[in-house]
Amino acid sequence: MNYFPDEVIEHVFNFVTSHKDRNSISLVCKSWFKIERYSRQNVFIGNCYSISPERLLGRFPCFKSLTLKGKPHFADFNLVPHGWGGFVQPWIEALARSRVGLEELRLKRMVVTDESLELLSRSFVNFKSLVLVSCEGFSTDGLASIASNCRYLQDLDLQENEIDDHRGQWLSCFPETSTTLVTLNFACLEGETNLVALERLVARSPNLRSLKLNRAVPLDALARLMVCAPQIVELGVGSYEDEQDSESCLKLQAAIKKCTSLRSLSGFLEAAPHCLSAFNPVCHNLTSLNLSYAAEIHGSHLIWLIEHCKKLQRLWILDSIGDKGLEVVASTCKELQELRVFPTDLHGGGNTAVTEDGLVAISAGCPKLHSILYFCQQMTNAALITVAKNCPNFIRFRLCILEPHKPDHVTSQPLDEGFGAIVQACKNLKRLSVSGLLTDQVFLYIGMFATRLEMLSIAFAGDTDKGMLYVLNGCKKMRKLEIRDSPFGDTALLADVNKYGAMRSLWMSSCEVTLGGCKRLAQKAPWLNVEIINENDNNRMEENGYEGRQKVDKLYLYRTVVGTRVDAPPFVWIL
Amino acid sequence: MTLEEELQSNVSVESSTRNTIGVVLKEHNYLGLSDCSSVGSSNLSGLADDDKATISLKATELTLGLPGSQSPARDTELNLLSSPVKLDEKPFFPLLPSKDEICASSSQKNVASGNKRGFSDTMDKFPDAKSSVYAEKNWMFPEGVANTQAVVKKEVAQNIPKGKLSTTNNSSSPPAAKAQIVGWPPVRSYRKNTLATTCKNSDEVDGKPGSGPLFVKVSMDGAPYLRKVDLRSYSSYGELSAALEKMFTTFTLGQCGSNGATGKNVRNETKLKDLLNGKDYVLTYEDKDGDWMLVGDFSWEIFIGVCKKLKIMKGSDAIGLAAAPAPRAMEKPKMRA
Repeated sequence: MNYFPDEVIEHVFNFVTSHKDRNSISLVCKSWFKIERYSRQNVFIGNCYSISPERLLGRFPCFKSLTLKGKPHFADFNLVPHGWGGFVQPWIEALARSRVGLEELRLKRMVVTDESLELLSRSFVNFKSLVLVSCEGFSTDGLASIASNCRYLQDLDLQENEIDDHRGQWLSCFPETSTTLVTLNFACLEGETNLVALERLVARSPNLRSLKLNRAVPLDALARLMVCAPQIVELGVGSYEDEQDSESCLKLQAAIKKCTSLRSLSGFLEAAPHCLSAFNPVCHNLTSLNLSYAAEIHGSHLIWLIEHCKKLQRLWILDSIGDKGLEVVASTCKELQELRVFPTDLHGGGNTAVTEDGLVAISAGCPKLHSILYFCQQMTNAALITVAKNCPNFIRFRLCILEPHKPDHVTSQPLDEGFGAIVQACKNLKRLSVSGLLTDQVFLYIGMFATRLEMLSIAFAGDTDKGMLYVLNGCKKMRKLEIRDSPFGDTALLADVNKYGAMRSLWMSSCEVTLGGCKRLAQKAPWLNVEIINENDNNRMEENGYEGRQKVDKLYLYRTVVGTRVDAPPFVWIL
Repeated sequence: MTLEEELQSNVSVESSTRNTIGVVLKEHNYLGLSDCSSVGSSNLSGLADDDKATISLKATELTLGLPGSQSPARDTELNLLSSPVKLDEKPFFPLLPSKDEICASSSQKNVASGNKRGFSDTMDKFPDAKSSVYAEKNWMFPEGVANTQAVVKKEVAQNIPKGKLSTTNNSSSPPAAKAQIVGWPPVRSYRKNTLATTCKNSDEVDGKPGSGPLFVKVSMDGAPYLRKVDLRSYSSYGELSAALEKMFTTFTLGQCGSNGATGKNVRNETKLKDLLNGKDYVLTYEDKDGDWMLVGDFSWEIFIGVCKKLKIMKGSDAIGLAAAPAPRAMEKPKMRA
């Protein structure tokens, strides 16, 4: 390869897009390191505190796309107090100061402010794509800046963010000359939407492929929008409350018939069940269906819809579908790759929900299934063993039995054997979440068989430190380990401190680790940030005098090259 | 590894003992005293109902921690669910003493079950990582017969469905069992809130309008960061107010110029109450229309339906806020105490 001029090598490198591969390339030799460095377009930073923007710019001066993740995963479940961190502002400031031609910014679990969005919109002439997932801290005013100032904006994708809706006119801030939109997703906005501005925007965006509306967009507006955008590929329906045969309904049906490219449906935040019939003409082409917010669509309407979606690859639904519904999925959706079944009733009150039978049916009927997230009330080892036999191809297997510590409901045994079968059969398993009654045994299995496992979520499981040790010793590829309410303590934490250098992060909350243990860890491993999150005022931990043995409520540690962060709030103590 | 060797060498011992030992139930409350134990062949199902009830109550009192440890008491909710009943395993494999404070935990060897045991030779690898605990309990199990036919968890599990987790229905659940674990089930709050709104608006949902949690942000003038509360976990203004007081005590204590007290004492609490209920602070909320209103005029049910955010404002800032839902009409402001 060294016979080729750099430009040729660079051209070859352009075909290598995965981050891991590009990291490997850069290690081959100095010349490749340099070429790769200057040609890296997409940078992925899994933990925004592992590196600083300055170091990033030093290493990759020419990147165009940046993905940043902030808070730990358990922040999604309110385990991380507000104000912990993950601020994007310093990143945008640093990037704005430099001359990097940022075109795409993808943020997950970060704190974004209107100020940040304004700065972003003004600093990068070619900015094209903004994707915010599970972020917070901004309002529709920030969106207005983006709309106004980003002349070539293609993607504005807001997924499950907490946005202050000022009911302003952000949609009308898109200039009349703006015709480049490809993705517009504002489903998570709670407030009123300027429908006129929306319709005009959609009408002048011939490249629009993905449109996801919020609940304030009613049926008649949807009908008009569909008329303007027959080329749509992904549609998120907002509200669909209307009489079955109203004029709007009929108009919508007619418009949908023309949407021959439509492949993905989602939304239905407020939807009467009969609305689904409007989508009949497109069902047979759908590859992705997300009805997990459509609490009102269940029973026969749902079954009817699914029976027509033979090409479905991705299905997100509520557990109101029931085992019977899952059997329909299993017999219809032979192309299914990803299934998520979310709980309707969050308190395990025993409503119609799905059981192990539904899971087994899916595993038997859908040979291509590789990712599953399944919330259920009960499970058995036998079912899991069957699932493992049927589906050895799982890459992601997340099972959440709603009641902690619940055993196999038939044999009353722990679910060790069931999960053991899963990890033994699924050689490509990268992500696993376990639940139910589990002893150290399951972790022995995980350590032994889940050699490719990268992310493991543990809650209310295990008996002794050995459990955690099995995992740390066995899963060589572990990157993210998150544990809550499990009896793992200092012995496990301190057994091999170097492990954490190969991982992105470790989260332990309501476990048995003590302050003394964490301090020792921090001493042994200065390349880690060891954060103690204690909402009850950290000073009290020392004052009680039992410092060494005081249990730590929340521990979050991660490798970093830039040392202690400076933006930590008072309730975060970095050792 | 020596542990494995030990384990292997004792397999035969175990398998013989396993068949003869019946259910062993051993329980520790947070003081480390074991109250109920049935060693030998007594079956759990043979326990009197009284015992079961006792166990379930006892079980809810347990925390994780060695006897006499100073581990801080966890929330009672967490206590209920995190390993309420623990059982010994293999006390005759003591490891080096660890500094951990972990109770003996149960282990269920599913010998008798019909489950496929592809790893039967590994099933014995239940190490004992908490030697100090086990050393203490050795006397309970002569000749190392400590093992585990434990169906302890079964007992616990039988109790759990009786309402430790679900709200309020079960008479046997202790009063402290609000049973809402923070962050469980692991569903994004965005999803929880959205579904809750949807359910509320729907006619079809029966019985449980708005059963999901409803998180709103709470800010306080002068506090460095926000908090979030689940409005549905309270049933009255009084409860909300008490919870907020607890939450924001730290800040107001600072402002009172207290001497960095490490704990709340009665004096400080009263002071805060005065602050909140008296002249200095008022509780306000932002409603669906974006207006800031004083809390207290609506019934609680209506309030949680309209409240989007909470703010603890200084009394002086709150002058001019309408107490009645008149949009932007500046009537004579009613200062709520």
